[in-house]
Amino acid sequence: MIGWKDIPPGMVLLEAGSALKFKTGSWRAFKPRWIEENCIQCLLCWLYCPDNAVKVKDGKRQDFDFDYCKGCGICAMECPGKKGNKAIVMEEEVK
Amino acid sequence: MTKVVAVTGNEAVANAFRQIEPDVCAAYPITPQTELMQRFAAFVSNGQVKTEMILVESEHSAMSACVGAAAAGGRVATATSSQGLALMWEILFIASGLRLPIVMPVVNRALSAPINIHCDHSDAMGARDSGWIQLWSENAQEAYDNTIQAFRIAEHMDIRLPVMVCYDGFIISHSIERIEYLDDEVVKKFVGEYKPLYPLLDVDNPKSYGPLILTDLYHEVRKAHSEVYKKVPKVVVDVAKEFKKISGRSYGLFESYRLDDAEIGIVILNSAAGTTKDVIDEYRERGIKVGLLKPRLFRPFPYEEVGNALKNLKAVCVLDRADAFGGSFGPLYLDIAASLCNFKEKPVLINRIYGLGGRDYMPEHAQGVIDELIEIAKTGKVKVLKEYIGVRE
Ligand code: SF4
Ligand code: SF4
Repeated sequence: MIGWKDIPPGMVLLEAGSALKFKTGSWRAFKPRWIEENCIQCLLCWLYCPDNAVKVKDGKRQDFDFDYCKGCGICAMECPGKKGNKAIVMEEEVK
Repeated sequence: MTKVVAVTGNEAVANAFRQIEPDVCAAYPITPQTELMQRFAAFVSNGQVKTEMILVESEHSAMSACVGAAAAGGRVATATSSQGLALMWEILFIASGLRLPIVMPVVNRALSAPINIHCDHSDAMGARDSGWIQLWSENAQEAYDNTIQAFRIAEHMDIRLPVMVCYDGFIISHSIERIEYLDDEVVKKFVGEYKPLYPLLDVDNPKSYGPLILTDLYHEVRKAHSEVYKKVPKVVVDVAKEFKKISGRSYGLFESYRLDDAEIGIVILNSAAGTTKDVIDEYRERGIKVGLLKPRLFRPFPYEEVGNALKNLKAVCVLDRADAFGGSFGPLYLDIAASLCNFKEKPVLINRIYGLGGRDYMPEHAQGVIDELIEIAKTGKVKVLKEYIGVRE
């Protein structure tokens, strides 16, 4: 934690991408669950996630990065799933 | 060579804007400020300045546009009055908290209700704790001079804070006075080229304005912010010294008029100080030791200097052109009282509210106050601490 003498003028953040240093997904009330067998790898979830919390490797969807997922539910809403079966469902966060 | 002209206060300040040529001006018309921006918009339309004029749909938007343009890296100005300033309130704090050196003339006018377009100081007093520097002006010349200096003060690298230049609605904004313009080139050289501090348009160095800061750091951010104000008085005095070199006119944190050997004194802001000085001269001729203190830098309030200037007097009346409803005393009185409270020997203070909503402040009002102060200095007795003057029973 920094003291008042280290505060930059206007609290302007001079560093790009500093959100990486903070786990911004810590205050989620709901979390998405990925059901892999219903996933058609369309990557709409990756496209729509505002927090870059859907991970993709070699063009394939991986599980969520829960350090940054805020549980907004956009991915679950957009997910077409397989034959009407959603590949993402929102569940209440349990601590 | 300086040019002597007869102009309104608004015209004088519009000409200061023309000479300074800010990058961006966002504005919304409000009486009695309207004439200022109307004249400046004409300079823009005539191609005399390259300023980007943004005509918005409210003062809230005007200040928001100014914040955006200043964060982007531009030299930015706007102007307002009364309800317009009140509507900007929320964004005033953002401009100062982000340290954006916006300059804004405030043409002082009463607040509603009831609606009144005339002069009083309730508007600027309502914004006095928003973190904006406030310079107050007695006449059109001071409004013009303060506007030019305001850019240098706001943009000083030690400060980077927004500045309001206050002058009285109609009394100064619309009356025609003799003033001296500086040459365009002299003003341009004085304000110099604008160097933004953290411009958003510098895309090679990305940055973020306005982060969310909660209990972890907000207290520290505010402490850091409050420290900046300690540097303001020195910058104001330094800029005034340089301004004297180009204009021959001297400015300080406040003006002392026949105060050095005074026993009684009046503290008053803006145009009413002129009338008061004339009355003081009359009393001086009769051997009465009366003086005046006219604050110029009202925010941050230079309480040490003001306290030292007044501590040896016997009785002082602070005249407020704004009331503090439900509070104890008028806003100027409170700062004067706080400046004096830690001195062992200090004058007896009284507070008089005058001139609300453009009610004339006449020489006899100043005479009444001085007569009362003479009595208080003699007897040490105060009849009433706070009272309206020039009010019908
Ligand atoms: S719930 Fe929201 S934040 Fe989390 S992965 Fe889905 S879209 Fe992204
Ligand atoms: S949107 Fe649904 S189906 Fe498409 S990749 Fe994401 S999880 Fe799989």
